[in-house]
Amino acid sequence: MAKFDLSDDSVVVVIGSGAGGGTLGNELAQKGVKVVCLEAGKRLDWQSDFVNDEWTMFGKTAWLDARTTSGDWRVAKDFSGLPAWICKTVGGSTLHWAGASLRIQEHEFAALSNYGAVDGANLMDWPLTLKDLEPYYDKAEDKMGVTRTNGIPGLPGNNNFKVMEAGAKRLGYKNVHSGRMAINSEARDGRASCLQLGFCFQGCRTGAKWSTLYTEVPKAEATGNYELRPEAHVLKVEHDKNGKVSGVLYADKNGAQHIQKARVVCVAGNSIESPRLLLNSASNMFSDGLGNSSGQVGRNYMRHMTGSVYATFDKPVNMHRGTTMAGIITDESRHDTSRGFVGGYEMETLSLGVPFMAAFLNPGAWGSEFAADMDEYNHMAGMWLVGEDMPRESNRITLNSDVKDQYGLPAPNVHFDDHDNDMAMRNHAFKQGSAVYEAAGATKTIETPPYPSTHNLGTNRMSAKASDGVVNKWGQSHDIDNLFVSDGSVFTTGASENPTLTIVTLAIRQADYIAEQMGKSNI
Amino acid sequence: MKKPTITRRKFLQSGTLTATAALALVTSGAGLKAQTWTLSTVELTKHEAATLLAACRQFYPHDGLGDLYYAVCVESLDGKAAADKGVSSTLKEGVKTLDGHFSMAFVDLSDGNQLEAIKAMDGTAFFGAVRGDIVVSLYNNPLVWRHFGYEGPSFDDGGYLDRGFDDIGWLRQN
Ligand SMILES: Cc1cc2nc3c(=O)[nH]c(=O)nc-3n(C[C@H](O)[C@H](O)[C@H](O)COP(=O)(O)OP(=O)(O)OC[C@H]3O[C@@H](n4cnc5c(N)ncnc54)[C@H](O)[C@@H]3O)c2cc1C
Ligand code: SF4
Repeated sequence: MAKFDLSDDSVVVVIGSGAGGGTLGNELAQKGVKVVCLEAGKRLDWQSDFVNDEWTMFGKTAWLDARTTSGDWRVAKDFSGLPAWICKTVGGSTLHWAGASLRIQEHEFAALSNYGAVDGANLMDWPLTLKDLEPYYDKAEDKMGVTRTNGIPGLPGNNNFKVMEAGAKRLGYKNVHSGRMAINSEARDGRASCLQLGFCFQGCRTGAKWSTLYTEVPKAEATGNYELRPEAHVLKVEHDKNGKVSGVLYADKNGAQHIQKARVVCVAGNSIESPRLLLNSASNMFSDGLGNSSGQVGRNYMRHMTGSVYATFDKPVNMHRGTTMAGIITDESRHDTSRGFVGGYEMETLSLGVPFMAAFLNPGAWGSEFAADMDEYNHMAGMWLVGEDMPRESNRITLNSDVKDQYGLPAPNVHFDDHDNDMAMRNHAFKQGSAVYEAAGATKTIETPPYPSTHNLGTNRMSAKASDGVVNKWGQSHDIDNLFVSDGSVFTTGASENPTLTIVTLAIRQADYIAEQMGKSNI
Repeated sequence: MKKPTITRRKFLQSGTLTATAALALVTSGAGLKAQTWTLSTVELTKHEAATLLAACRQFYPHDGLGDLYYAVCVESLDGKAAADKGVSSTLKEGVKTLDGHFSMAFVDLSDGNQLEAIKAMDGTAFFGAVRGDIVVSLYNNPLVWRHFGYEGPSFDDGGYLDRGFDDIGWLRQN
């Protein structure tokens, strides 16, 4: 592994080693670009630190720094200090992610054009199209080993999938399969095949599931162009008198602060920390925060329309056996306003173990009805509903100066109000999810409200015009040429698909652009 | 999985056992006769502990689970109370309120009256502290998992690939 000097101002600093940052760093290093990746979390060893235990792994990896919430979303009531489920660890949230890897659909890239303006929403077209991204989607799917692409077979359906499939077919749904998953259905890329452990959310103990922790990061290190500094928490992005970014201030594991100089800075801290960092980097020259001349930094926070349906059956299901999310119905992900809302949603299998089920089935619930539902645990099947939510300027990350983190910096407040469209879609999805299970013979269906957000998007949106957003179609700041955003916060709109494949795709594309611009000495 | 730190022989010599240690023993597969453990608390009195035990069962009533499992929850609460004066006084005050609801000891109340007394405390710090703690300490317990048919960790057994991940046989396909 390379080691770079703090004063080396020829390096690209990447902040965060998750889906976006981990991928970008490796892609740059492969091209010979020198990269220092600063990651707030620890580096775990997947073979010795990963255990099949929900709370233990949550405690080891979740981002638990101070955060506050406001708005009418139910998460603010159920999990007021934990608006999002994001990891603080090398690999970021790719430790906990389930691996569902879907391309955004053509019409979703042009949401404003295709849906029309929606009251109370800040819809916009992406400054790029599916066609622009297709070659990069191909690369991302190959890199991540997504099933049902590149000749990789689908995963075998587990019990939870079979229940969903039976109900879906009886209901007349046509597009039902065991998912496009970044999980090896056969050994590939030096990683093993899935053993159906059932702990995809806990860090895959076999390495079958793609995570930057044991793919991108070690590959980058092997180039000799890449240094990863774990437990390096970036506090501020600094700039010079010409308004170019010049480095970052970070705290190491002992709390000692250092400045790492940089030629280019790429922010990939996920959609709460990335805008927070830009806002916390305000200076005399950039008094509203870095890259914020549009005033859009932190705004348009999206978290996907979500919810879950669990159903109980007379006979056992044992949904906990096997992959957590390898099952999907895509029929509802079309745009069809006859359903009473714009955009669409996916239905994906989901199972939780007993510890998480108790906490999430109906947060705050207690008493005999709840206990009776829990008693049905091994007779339950479950699905997650995930759809496009509306970007709203007022849904945003702001600095909460009343609450400070461990470094004395203002904590992020996450404000979210459900849009009517989100609620109409959730209502439809609850009905359809229940109908699927009823068609399969369910004795009872349970509608579960949203968990803390796992998909966090939109807070540094991509736009064609500088006044409409924070970054251009390359993820480059409209205001500062050598400042980039490289995570899901660049999403212009949310689309109905799980976002990570697109985050990785954009990072691969961005690496090409950064290397080219550096080559031309434009940055 | 955690290995119990106490062997069966040691336990038999020592006579009594906390619920938490007893559970660890059962988890390890060692035999355990009923009544060989006692609910042991440091900060909470016997009465407070007994009241909380009954309250825990009202929060998450599973007839299939014996008192041992709920006792573990009370010992967890006691641990928090011992470490934090604020928690301690919240719990102690809460027990008093529960006892006062019908001017009768909570433990002597009928099932329905116990439920009513607890419902009346919804929204209080006591209610939140107890429910929030036991929803983890009760359900995050490998022996309790058995009751629900949750088989838990699977890596050491090679996952569920050859152990029934797709063994469902009762579904009608159309
Ligand atoms: C339980 C769960 C299941 C999921 N399942 C799926 C799925 O099936 N499909 C899908 O597409 N997506 C899924 N996701 C979402 C997916 O994990 C995220 O979309 C993706 O990881 C986001 O990538 P990112 O690069 O934006 O951020 P992350 O992967 O979260 O990485 C951000 C990194 O930045 C670091 N960081 C933040 N701030 C700083 C700072 N100031 N200094 C230094 N480092 C910092 C963090 O510690 C973290 O490691 C799931 C998420 C969860 C939690
Ligand atoms: S089910 Fe497969 S992907 Fe999920 S944790 Fe197990 S081996 Fe990994």
